[in-house]
Amino acid sequence: MSKTPDVPFPSGRLRKAPEGFLSPEGIRTVFAEAKQDRRDFVRQAFAAALTGTVAGTAAAQANADGDPNILTLPEHSKGLGQPVASDGYGKPSRYEANVQRRQSPGLTQTTQASVSFAPLQSLFGIVTPSGLHFERHHQGWWDIDPSKHRLMVNGSDDKLLKRAMLFTMDELMRLPSVSRFHFIECGANTGMEWGNVAVPTCQYTHGMLSCSEFTGVPLRILFDMCGVDYKRARYVLAEGADGSSMTRTVPMELVESGEVLVAYGQNGEMLRPEQGYPLRLVVPGVQGVSWVKYLRRLEVGDQPYGTKDETIHYIDLMPGGLHRQYTSTQECKSVVTTPSGGQILLDKGYYQISGLAWSGRGRVKQVDVTTDGGRNWRTARLQDPVMSKCLTRFTLDWQWDGKPAILQSRAMDETGYVQPSTRQLRAVRGTRSIYHNNAIQSWLVEESGEVRNVQLS
Amino acid sequence: MCSSRRLFAALLGCVALGASAQNYPGIGRPATKAEVAAWDIDVRPDFKGLPKGSGSVSQGQEIWEAKCASCHGVFGESNEVFAPLVGGTTAEDIKTGRVARLNDPTFPGRTTLMKVSTVSTLWDYISRAMPWNAPKSLKPDEVYAVTAYLLNLGRIVPDGFTLSDANIADVQKRLPNRNGMTTAHAMWPGKGLKAGAVDVKATACMHDCDTEPKVASLLPDFARNNNGNLAEQQRLIGPQRGVDTTRPPGARRDGPLAVAAAPTAPSPATAALTLLKKHSCTACHGMEQKLVGPGFKQVAAKYAARNDAEAYLAAKIKSGGQGVWGPIPMPAQALSDTELKTLAAWLAAGAASR
Repeated sequence: MSKTPDVPFPSGRLRKAPEGFLSPEGIRTVFAEAKQDRRDFVRQAFAAALTGTVAGTAAAQANADGDPNILTLPEHSKGLGQPVASDGYGKPSRYEANVQRRQSPGLTQTTQASVSFAPLQSLFGIVTPSGLHFERHHQGWWDIDPSKHRLMVNGSDDKLLKRAMLFTMDELMRLPSVSRFHFIECGANTGMEWGNVAVPTCQYTHGMLSCSEFTGVPLRILFDMCGVDYKRARYVLAEGADGSSMTRTVPMELVESGEVLVAYGQNGEMLRPEQGYPLRLVVPGVQGVSWVKYLRRLEVGDQPYGTKDETIHYIDLMPGGLHRQYTSTQECKSVVTTPSGGQILLDKGYYQISGLAWSGRGRVKQVDVTTDGGRNWRTARLQDPVMSKCLTRFTLDWQWDGKPAILQSRAMDETGYVQPSTRQLRAVRGTRSIYHNNAIQSWLVEESGEVRNVQLS
Repeated sequence: MCSSRRLFAALLGCVALGASAQNYPGIGRPATKAEVAAWDIDVRPDFKGLPKGSGSVSQGQEIWEAKCASCHGVFGESNEVFAPLVGGTTAEDIKTGRVARLNDPTFPGRTTLMKVSTVSTLWDYISRAMPWNAPKSLKPDEVYAVTAYLLNLGRIVPDGFTLSDANIADVQKRLPNRNGMTTAHAMWPGKGLKAGAVDVKATACMHDCDTEPKVASLLPDFARNNNGNLAEQQRLIGPQRGVDTTRPPGARRDGPLAVAAAPTAPSPATAALTLLKKHSCTACHGMEQKLVGPGFKQVAAKYAARNDAEAYLAAKIKSGGQGVWGPIPMPAQALSDTELKTLAAWLAAGAASR
């Protein structure tokens, strides 16, 4: 591996006689290099010169006078730009086309019962843009006509509430609403990594995680309207309107606390169809499968329901062969998102290490970061706001000296719970439980600047 | 006086109805019995919600072969579309209620019958979500029959068995993993279930910590491009770029080509691939291989030599068909003529996957 960072030139940097610029001297260089069998270099240099790509101009034509991006005014400084409302719903820059949610190859055999991962490595702050929110569908997604959507509240027996009720979307949206920021994480997030490193980037290791501002009605209001007998009705079944009619049991304690919402809004607009438009349950701190999408029915009951996703899936296999059932809380966890696996650092020098921390039990209290694989740690800055059961962004200054480094982050929540290491977690849960892997993540920065997903022992 | 009496009566009514409902007049209405019956389909572990009815193993086999086998295999063993349903359980497990193979790390995968601890769950999910492309189409007796067949495949009920609401509780007592669940953990955010302590009580050591910074696991070099070229999955500006995983680790990347490269134009296949998703074609067809119906590449190969392939395929998609690729029919598809043309042209041209 080469000693110097092997990266494209940062834009705006002045370089003498750049390689892609076909001055007579450059051409001589090209052919000199070609003799050393660097065919890719030749092809790239010619391609850059012949096609005049953006890439070719970004750094290659810098010369001694200065940056051509300054010396030669670009079109956008000399012409007339686009009109307002040229796109009624604006989209990201075309240069952001790499920032996409993606499937992990081979993970599922159908695309309807599958998952796409959010590109955490490319996101800032704590909010996930709605179009990049991770997806998990059990029988495909739908775009449901909200005027025909209904929410039913009933009981597993008639005595558990005074009256079973029906609500239209119009009615639900008339009720007193709250807007709150919460993370949602799939119980299987990081599940591929229980036994060994399996995927290259934090999109795939941690991307079944997103965070939004959700707007909706506290479920407690609806239950009060129905006259729920809270003494007997200690469990709630939530059910979707899609083909799988997903069901999950939620404890009444979370409804009574006022945290559980029947939500229709997400990041200022309505929910996206992939996120359950027009109505989904929001169960802060609890794994995503309980946030039932296309929510059509809530049943209050006096015992848990043993649904498919509580009895066949989303159960955690423990050493000894028992499965844990009704594991719901997402325990405290964090990940460094920049730099992270699959990236290559552009140069030595200053970097801001940045990442996300969260806990299903409340606020994140502290995040520590190490660059030496866990021997010494420094406490990171937490960016405001730090909210309960919500992503928290942390940052730390770092000077990269060009030597190998192992980056990790370790979060602690307000209950005092400290995020465990892979070794500690495996000692209790083995390697076959699939779900609820909240171990500390390690990224190895190699001398080449390439960052790789690694596990330590 | 009259008005205060009315107010008093209203207050009484308010108390009788429950204070909160009165706080939001005009919102919500009582559900009718028929409405509740139409949607309240869940079946609990104590069989509350289970409709009366029955179905035999042999009836179940007929339904299975027509509606279930294409995804799950004739014996519930298939791993093609979903994880296998059947296998890995023994007569001894039926006695103990614990599946011994769950302790065997070398046993490949975990089947549904190895995991499921409540028979109500099978009935409930088959009833609400199966078959895959026509959920909620089975009548209660058919659900009993399919459940009976599935249990028979696991030798939990005998060949001549008829499952019913009257005997399902006895079948529960034979479920191989009925004693295989625990709630002894700290991850249920309520008080009702028997709980356990937090698994790991880690401490936040800050300096000279005991650690083993030896790399024990990383992606082997041959797998570095498994998730696609990572250079195309990272932002094109900022402190880092994506690694070009089409090249070996440490390979020099001369020149500035990866910087702010303009996004590539969508390929001709993009429109067709979008339509496949939109119309759920991929629920039954794989890109390469048969799922329920033939893979798109297989279709393309079969008709590659036909001059009228595009028109023929457009007509086939529109009308549906049966018998060309097997006994499972493909229903007629409601696509616009433009969409039909796009898909048929894409198939006729070889069904490129990108």
